[in-house]
Amino acid sequence: MLAETLGRFLQKRYPVEVRHEISASAAGWSSAHWAELAELGILGGLVPEAAGGFGGSGFDIAAIFEQLGRAMAVEPFLGTLMATRTLAMVGGHDELIGDILGGASILAFAHEEPTSRYDLTNIAARARLDGDTWLLNGSKAVVVHLEAADDIVVSARIAGARGDRAGIGLFLVKRAAAGVGVEGYPLIDGGRAGELQLANTPSTLLTDDAYPVLEDVVAAGIVALSWEAVGIMDMIKTTTLDYLRTRQQFGVPIGKFQALQHRMATVALEIEQARSAAINAANGLQGDRAKRERSASAAKYTIGRAGTLVAEEAIQLHGGMGMTWELPVSHLAKRLIMIGHQLGDEDHHLARFIAFEQAA
Amino acid sequence: MNLDFTPEEEEFRAEVRSFLKAKLPARIADKVRTGKRLHKKDHEEWHSILHERGWLASHWPTEFGGPGWTTAQAHIFDEEVSLAFAPRVVPFGVSMLGPVLIKYGTSAQKEHWLPRILDGTDWWCQGYSEPGAGSDLASLKTSAIREGDHYLVNGQKTWTTLAQYADMIFCLVRTSTEGKKQSGISFLLIDMTSPGVEVRPIITLEGEHEVNEIFFTDVRVPVENLVGEENMGWTYAKYLLTYERTSEARIGAATAALSFLKEVAQDEEKGGRPLAEDPFFAARIARVEIDLENMKTTNLRVLADSASSAAPLELSAMLKIRGTEIRQELASLTRIALGPYAQPFVSEALDEDFPGPPIGPDYAAGIAAHYFNERKLSIFAGSNEVQREIITKVSLEL
Repeated sequence: MLAETLGRFLQKRYPVEVRHEISASAAGWSSAHWAELAELGILGGLVPEAAGGFGGSGFDIAAIFEQLGRAMAVEPFLGTLMATRTLAMVGGHDELIGDILGGASILAFAHEEPTSRYDLTNIAARARLDGDTWLLNGSKAVVVHLEAADDIVVSARIAGARGDRAGIGLFLVKRAAAGVGVEGYPLIDGGRAGELQLANTPSTLLTDDAYPVLEDVVAAGIVALSWEAVGIMDMIKTTTLDYLRTRQQFGVPIGKFQALQHRMATVALEIEQARSAAINAANGLQGDRAKRERSASAAKYTIGRAGTLVAEEAIQLHGGMGMTWELPVSHLAKRLIMIGHQLGDEDHHLARFIAFEQAA
Repeated sequence: MNLDFTPEEEEFRAEVRSFLKAKLPARIADKVRTGKRLHKKDHEEWHSILHERGWLASHWPTEFGGPGWTTAQAHIFDEEVSLAFAPRVVPFGVSMLGPVLIKYGTSAQKEHWLPRILDGTDWWCQGYSEPGAGSDLASLKTSAIREGDHYLVNGQKTWTTLAQYADMIFCLVRTSTEGKKQSGISFLLIDMTSPGVEVRPIITLEGEHEVNEIFFTDVRVPVENLVGEENMGWTYAKYLLTYERTSEARIGAATAALSFLKEVAQDEEKGGRPLAEDPFFAARIARVEIDLENMKTTNLRVLADSASSAAPLELSAMLKIRGTEIRQELASLTRIALGPYAQPFVSEALDEDFPGPPIGPDYAAGIAAHYFNERKLSIFAGSNEVQREIITKVSLEL
């Protein structure tokens, strides 16, 4: 129901020309579209009922992000999902969640650091208590829609060293707080992100035992990205099939050549495997830690591997036309490849999956 | 089989190295290494440095201004130039048209055009592909109709690399619609400033302007600009394409890309250690490195087998396929090595005078764009599907 509403909205109000215009704008997203989506209640689908939303399950997230993928939406959905999920898990922030779901406030999620390379424990930013104020120091890398944020959820070490699970805290930082440095830039696949510098920045403690929260929130983010990828891959499949059926060379549509038929069959097979992996991850999000983390890593690995194959084959099967800015397929391919650079790549999740297997 | 170069050849390699060390501008090499934008003047500067030394047209015979090298010397030169991160010599005049004119041109054509290629008077581009004639190149439709002492050309070319800089274009045009489609094609040289020539940019997926569409409307071309015989152009085109495909092995460029990948993997961290030490990533690098080692020997076997620089068709097809696959894999691994920093893309940061600080590591700016741009390698110069067809038919006789 929510997905249908969102799908209709995006089809009508977010055609690819509008998407490109928004993506290339100074803000890198559309606050007008965001307000309408909030009005339609779409954002509520990201958050559980107990925290003021009416969704938040793996399959709620899946349904929304699949539509976002199809439209290549650049709006700050991922940060909103991860930040509101954090706030809902730690509790006591219903008013802020209400503001976010109403479209009045934007949050970013800042965990990854310049050299952490997807490892959730590889955190060097420090938090120290000064009187009764937590002060943060450190850097966060490629924070999506950082410039748009009113508040930022930030991880930082209260104790321990890089690589320790214990001692990580999550904090809420006002974008306008003292010592917040933001350097924004465009992304190759559309929209914007930024580098965050914190220098004795005052913040509010959300939790001093962040690792279990981070795992759950990142797993939810992986469900979101996996389904965004599934939406993209379905669009790629449609447009590539269309091209194979209409592009003529040697007097016939190129889809008549068996070499291309078999490659397209492999693409179709990989998309279905990727969809199944994404279903497993959405289902696993409600499970215990082992089930959730195992299915999330399996999905992100699968999406990374299949996504690269589907993106590269889509360009190849389109020939020179697949290399052009003009055709949407090139933008779908770029986003699909770049999903592999968010929340862990193929190798990272393969290693993680192996670690879970060996621990079991 | 002795794969080692002779002492004389190794001496030659040392000579090339010292030349590059002395003459290749560091500014230009740095742009090539990190994937920054090269402008027309950068190419022209490098061409004139090579020309001054007599090394621009490395595979031309001496009588036309080439150095008269053996194939092994030309191979060593290409390898060293790439390893030093020199720009690739823009191939259209020197590597494509030059050999065709030398083999099929009249003496008047050779005397007029070849020196102008060497001294940079003319920037050439290649008019082969058309919107309806890509892999099926012989189905091209751009027509040239003889009217007295000139041809009247009408039609459209596409994917024309760097046509925005070009003074001249060599074109395949249709001069006859009779018989097989391959038999009515001619090879014509067209002045880009002629009335009726219009160049329109094609923006590629990473946002760059490298290729163009060219429209010809009643363009008058003097008959002396016909190369060889009328309706024999397909023969000349095939000769040129064989050369183009062999050169697409680009062993030197791949070796340089491998060394850049290793540099990046050494600098990037994983769990506090260099990424290069991660067993998963190390395996990825090793696989492509082994493939490249094998490819180097395949390439040397081809060089040894062919008296001329034009390799047998099926072997040049194999070099084109695997050579481009290796370079694509290297571009892909370098992108993967960057982690989250593959995502930022500040287009202006690819210009040499960009004042801003780098986003992430200082080598990151052009890597993802380069990966996307390199997808073209398996599409252009005869797609890798077409190359596999050639192997199937010519070599395997299936």
